[in-house]
Amino acid sequence: MSENALLEVRDLVKHFPVRKGLLGRTVAHVKAVDGISFDVPRGKTLGLVGESGCGKTTAGRCVLRLIEPTSGQVRFGGTDVRALRGEELRSLRRNMQIIFQDPYSSLNPRMTVEGIVGEGLTLHKLAKRGERRERVAGVLERVGLSADAMDRYPHEFSGGQRQRIGIARAVAIEPGFIVCDEPVSALDVSVQAQIVNLLMDLQRDLRLTYLFIAHNLAVVEQVSREVAVMYLGRLVERASPEELYRHPLHPYTRALLSAVPEPDPETGRERIRLPGEVPSPINPPPGCPFHPRCSEAHAECRELRPRLTEVRAGHWCACLRVGGIAEKPGEPAPPSPAAATEEEPV
Amino acid sequence: MSEEAKAAVAGEATNAPEAAEALLEVRELATHFRTDDGVVPAVDGISFSVARGETLALLGESGCGKSVTALSILRLLDYPPASHPTGAVLFEGRDLLKASERELRRVRGNRIAMIFQEPMTSLNPVYTVGEQIVEAVTLHQRVSRTEAIERAIEGLRRVQIPEPEKRLANYPHQMSGGMQQRVMIAMALACDPDLLMADEPTTALDVTVQAEILDLLAALQRERGLAMLFITHDLGVAARVATRVAVMYAGRIVESAAAREIYARPLHPYTLGLFRSLPRMGRRPGRLYQIPGQVPSPLEFPAGCRFHPRCAWADGRCRVEAPRLVEHRARHAAACWRTGPEGLPPIEEDEA
Repeated sequence: MSENALLEVRDLVKHFPVRKGLLGRTVAHVKAVDGISFDVPRGKTLGLVGESGCGKTTAGRCVLRLIEPTSGQVRFGGTDVRALRGEELRSLRRNMQIIFQDPYSSLNPRMTVEGIVGEGLTLHKLAKRGERRERVAGVLERVGLSADAMDRYPHEFSGGQRQRIGIARAVAIEPGFIVCDEPVSALDVSVQAQIVNLLMDLQRDLRLTYLFIAHNLAVVEQVSREVAVMYLGRLVERASPEELYRHPLHPYTRALLSAVPEPDPETGRERIRLPGEVPSPINPPPGCPFHPRCSEAHAECRELRPRLTEVRAGHWCACLRVGGIAEKPGEPAPPSPAAATEEEPV
Repeated sequence: MSEEAKAAVAGEATNAPEAAEALLEVRELATHFRTDDGVVPAVDGISFSVARGETLALLGESGCGKSVTALSILRLLDYPPASHPTGAVLFEGRDLLKASERELRRVRGNRIAMIFQEPMTSLNPVYTVGEQIVEAVTLHQRVSRTEAIERAIEGLRRVQIPEPEKRLANYPHQMSGGMQQRVMIAMALACDPDLLMADEPTTALDVTVQAEILDLLAALQRERGLAMLFITHDLGVAARVATRVAVMYAGRIVESAAAREIYARPLHPYTLGLFRSLPRMGRRPGRLYQIPGQVPSPLEFPAGCRFHPRCAWADGRCRVEAPRLVEHRARHAAACWRTGPEGLPPIEEDEA
């Protein structure tokens, strides 16, 4: 286990009950996150990618305990996040923030920008009344907004500027860790570049650690030190972006990468077609969750659940056909790799 | 101005050199909106054409006027607040802007069909998919109900929906987003249109589903010689589907060329900036290129070239005089004073 992992997640599970009938009897569970483990080294970024419904957003919220996990471990700076209550939890929250996808719905329309960005400072008693304006002005400037934005309301700003306000809110209380949940997905290309650069600058200057959740593979590659791919509540592959994008091993990752439209009409890249649709997470297929759509599935894939296995140095894959080992029932999660052994700050 | 540029202006048909074969020809189209704060020139004098069997991608960021363009072509905007579009929209030579409401109804959904980004907002949640396709067929064509149902089944099969007979009885919410978009395409194609206008049809979909839908559209187009006007903000999607690309910025077309040409050799600073600011898989430049500033509010578009406040090449003329879309290379037009057949001159960039 990596010593400088700021966040360690082990066997994280979140099952949502599906209730039916007058008495609200639980008839099934949506297995949104079904046993995932990862580390995020201090000052680095783990990119979590996957398509709608794969569980990436739920995973991010479980880490912050915005949603209570069903089981598993979340350790932040060595502290067991799931054991915290009341004041302890509140002080931990000071250190963990989130940036949301939609800058239109995540800002309170009735609050001024000063109120939005300064709320955390007041809540955590980080600034006296007289200092607050000054602190907020400083943060706004840091994210590329002028101080006169302070007395205005969110609707007066463009999408990109609103996302800057959302970022200012998150960094105002000087957290160590931020979950970025699709922070640029709602933005135009030219604005996206500005926000991605801003997030990377802030990381460098403030020594931030990010869990960067997104479906855009190119954006994730740009920002991440390591990338993990999710499918149906499970991690199927994890590696450095250089390795993952050049040598994807898992059949799902390969199909996913091949589906990304390249901004170049001359690319003659062959697309790997995926038959069918993503199965329901209420009743995921037994064995490997990807097997019904996998062209390489064998009989064993239908029965045995592959675990994330280090098949090459620093390259982890959950596939029995590419060197993966099957999970034994009730087996604890494998130890996580020491993700940050080398320099290369990202 | 260079000699060829002058010649092109004189010819005027800069980005529609095959006007004779064009199925749709749009000339100097302009649509304004009246708001409390003033008049918004959402689409401000744009010209382009689409020939049978080809796909023109209208590429641009939010607010550039690309969707308003499509809605203006079929006169689907409410006015007020929208102005009656001016200019000309020639569909097979007839001007839709001058057509009667009755004539228009014969064109809409029949000869020109449209699909949108959010299938769920275009499909009626209280009717089955079958009822909705049957309605689309019977609205425009004199067929019996039995025949309309047959066509609906055939339509669903054509968009590769498995077990179409069973799917007819489904309500939209019982289908995935990808399946809903297939239903929308089936409805759009139910009357065998000549032109399909697709407004961000895959933007709400996952990348693997998007790839399937784009393949499907390409196959249908090949089969039927369908012309497409494909509206998108996604440079990758445009590269995948387009025969030609027209880039819009602040209500105007700033560049237009064959897809291969424009991606290989963009002439306009905005197009170049867009291409460079896009993160690409397999390349990590460390820091992304940024176009400085932001898109201006349509209430206060800058004078001259609307891109000049954000442009590293801008000079005195760009601030006062709006450049016209001029052919600088064969069938490659750009609206920029500083560009030429060889592209933009080198400049010293302090920040990349």
